[in-house]
Amino acid sequence: MDVEILARIQFAFTVAFHYIYPPLSIGLGLVMVFMEGMFLKTGRQVYHHMARFWTKIFALTFGIGVATGIVMEFEFGTNWAVYSRYVGDVFGSALAAEGIFAFALESGFLGVLLFGWNRVSPRVHFMATIGVWLGSMFSAIWIVVANSWQQTPAGFHIVGEGMLARAEITDFWAMVFNPSSVDRVLHVWIGAFLAGAFLVMSVHAWYLVKGRHVELSRKGFKIALAIAAVSSVAQLFAGHRSAEVVARYQPAKLAAMEGHFDTLETADLYLLGWVNKEDQQTWGLKISNGLSFLVNGDWGAKVPGLNSFPEEDRPGAVNAVFQFYHLMVMIGMALIGLTLLGLVLWWRGKLFDQRWLMRLFVPALILPQKANQVGWFTAEMGRQPWVVYGHLRTSEALSEAVTAGQVLFSLILFTIIYLLLFGLFIYLLHRKIVKGPEEGDDFVHRPKQGAIFQD
Amino acid sequence: MATFLGIDYPTLWFLVVGGLFSGYAILDGFDLGAGALHLFLKKENSRRIALNAVGPVWDGNEVWLVIGGGALFAGFPVVYAFLFSAMYIPFMLFLAFLIFRAVSIEFRSKEPMLWWRKFWDISYSVSSVMLAFLLGVVLGNVLQGVPVGEHFSFQGHWLQFINLYAVMVGVTTVALFSMHGAIYLTMKTEGRLFAKLTLLLRRTIIFFVVSFALTTVYTLIYLPHLSDDFKASPALFVLPLIAMLSIANIPRLVSRHKYLQAFIFSSVTVSMLLILVAFELYPNILLSTVDPQFNIDVYNAASSEKSLGIMLLIALIGAPLVAAYTIFVFWTFKGKVKLDETSY
Ligand code: HDD
Ligand code: HEM
Ligand code: HEM
Repeated sequence: MDVEILARIQFAFTVAFHYIYPPLSIGLGLVMVFMEGMFLKTGRQVYHHMARFWTKIFALTFGIGVATGIVMEFEFGTNWAVYSRYVGDVFGSALAAEGIFAFALESGFLGVLLFGWNRVSPRVHFMATIGVWLGSMFSAIWIVVANSWQQTPAGFHIVGEGMLARAEITDFWAMVFNPSSVDRVLHVWIGAFLAGAFLVMSVHAWYLVKGRHVELSRKGFKIALAIAAVSSVAQLFAGHRSAEVVARYQPAKLAAMEGHFDTLETADLYLLGWVNKEDQQTWGLKISNGLSFLVNGDWGAKVPGLNSFPEEDRPGAVNAVFQFYHLMVMIGMALIGLTLLGLVLWWRGKLFDQRWLMRLFVPALILPQKANQVGWFTAEMGRQPWVVYGHLRTSEALSEAVTAGQVLFSLILFTIIYLLLFGLFIYLLHRKIVKGPEEGDDFVHRPKQGAIFQD
Repeated sequence: MATFLGIDYPTLWFLVVGGLFSGYAILDGFDLGAGALHLFLKKENSRRIALNAVGPVWDGNEVWLVIGGGALFAGFPVVYAFLFSAMYIPFMLFLAFLIFRAVSIEFRSKEPMLWWRKFWDISYSVSSVMLAFLLGVVLGNVLQGVPVGEHFSFQGHWLQFINLYAVMVGVTTVALFSMHGAIYLTMKTEGRLFAKLTLLLRRTIIFFVVSFALTTVYTLIYLPHLSDDFKASPALFVLPLIAMLSIANIPRLVSRHKYLQAFIFSSVTVSMLLILVAFELYPNILLSTVDPQFNIDVYNAASSEKSLGIMLLIALIGAPLVAAYTIFVFWTFKGKVKLDETSY
């Protein structure tokens, strides 16, 4: 295999692995903020026990998120040297801002969040939790801004030629608020809230099925359900906005997402389907003219197909993009259905009478995880063959110094490490969950003598 | 060319990146060093205390690497791109060890089994040593010069990062961090563990002084280009002098049991050594071994003035914030380590 393919596989594998954890941390952070907030407001110990339990799980996801994230930061340089040189001027400021504003906040307060229960007052601890959560939210902003700039570049000009060409920033705010960044940041945030909330619901539903920690789990489940219900509905709108941006700025990606080869006067919207690239055919269940309506608000609008772009400017893996995209949307719909059902039953006071529903929520945590992952696959594979859309091709962005053997070495190395890591993660997560929250009156928040900031 | 306080932007950003890497070396230096000494502590309780001495801070320390890497990418994309792709293997190993170290700290206390804890202890200690060593290897290669060709292309062999000098600098880095970490641990412990650590500390000081002396002699003899600046303007000799004095000060303070001050001086030593490196290289960042005309310096590697200006502003706003969190966290966990149910 050539260096390009290997480098792409290696990058995709490591980043997809990284992306298992940040959404969980961001989502759990939000849930923990609510739990600790409830504790401060009501003073009831049950919220305190809940928050402490989830903090331990958070430590696990966060730790792996950090370790795998650092790999990503350096892989731009190792795998994509030409790209790094090309985008550094523009992209670097977003990464620098991420480091300084986000990671420092997160990691700084993490120590207090994990080890500070007996050292600082509940209020200071609450602030630390908020600090860590905000830090994780900020890191999502900056990294997604950087990625969005690759999707819809703005606020720059090109200087130099050939090998030495590079993008230079001309307008910082135009770079930050490039056409896709706001919508994508929202979409990514909400996706993360869903991942975290569904994990919380899954664990508490499991306790309820087993009849353990009943009071605590009912309360915890409801907090997460409220967050998940709002998020899943909001995600539909955020996703729709993203699709509009894709239609406008990356029409070739949209055509791949929907499997359209010919330019159509009115385009259908597929619910499910299969794309055959050779025959340029897409089969499936569809809504007539739906796509025209969705992207233009007009049932009769024209939508360009893949064939209207030069061969070398089209994404290659059309069926994959199509499938990933449709899987995400289907999961989105399923999440809306599931959470709204929960809400209705809650409203009627019957939420916890339905064992089958609780059973359903236990495995449901996989859904938002998958949606997050396939969402990125859609966005990134649909962007091909470009690294910087319309400006720099992936095939030109490689490190010249790196050989296929080296990339293969690192691919194997990280595959082994990550498999081990994932196994351990699941094992420890399982252990913590089986052990369950510690409840009991002796387990109260009690700053030791000499602790600072007592209030 | 735009300036700030009379210094042009590329030079300023060189200082920022240098400052971040110094901060990283000082902060992560002591926790890597503590990790390097981990296996010398035999008792379970000692190991737990040592681990918890770095527990609440190591992650925050590592962020300096992330910010430093980001700052290098942003300010000198050419250097970032060249260095990381040319030294692909050392960096990949570095990343792998970073992961092992992070998860060792996180996982060790999760199970009571002896073999489990032993495994993570070894993984923690080995990865700490290897991280310090690989940082030194990269630094050694930067000091010697790297094969940069036309258009910042790489003209060497991917294995040439392994060489005698790089290994020497690597070992010296391990020694320096071990000493730094040992001082930190003595500050954070009491009783018999403390007594044991003072003993270890003496040995690390000897280890450091010997390896540092050897590396220095080698540098003066075989890498004369690095001392050119100092020969040209003798006033600059004040820098190595400060470095020497602060090194000499460490055993003196240790023998008087002034560990906090010794820690301050070992931090000064770490940063002085990096300042020396920066001085020796500037205005170059990467010296070409192919031809000096291909040297990568702060000017031909820098991002545009506009971009540097924006980032300087970001750094000016961000730095006090980072300093504030760092102080808050160290303050919260000040004093000797006490284990409780939230500890590792
Ligand atoms: C800031 C930049 C950035 C961000 C935030 C992400 N990526 Fe990305 N991704 C890239 C920058 C990038 C890239 C460096 O631009 C790559 C490498 C080669 C390429 O074509 O684009 C890429 C490629 C790439 C590919 C391979 C596409 C292909 O080769 O066909 C996949 C599957 C992903 N990424 C997946 C993800 C996931 C799951 C992410 C969520 C964390 C993610 N990316 C975030
Ligand atoms: C290729 C792209 C990415 C790079 C280079 C990257 C880089 C990093 C780095 C260096 C860290 C460790 C920070 C530390 O030391 O504390 C990290 C952790 C983190 N990253 Fe990423 N990241 C990428 C993708 C993403 C995306 C898309 C998100 C957004 C949702 C994200 C969110 C986070 C969060 C929240 C953390 C903290 C650890 C955690 O919560 O698990 N990252 N990332
Ligand atoms: C409900 C219907 C949904 C629609 C219409 C939708 C739409 C989209 C579109 C068009 C993109 C591509 C954006 C681009 O290429 O720039 C995208 C990406 C993405 N989606 Fe969705 N989505 C939906 C549901 C979800 C759900 C439920 C999740 C997660 C829980 C999710 C997570 C993501 C992620 C992580 C990305 C990649 C980041 C990005 O490009 O914004 N999506 N989505």
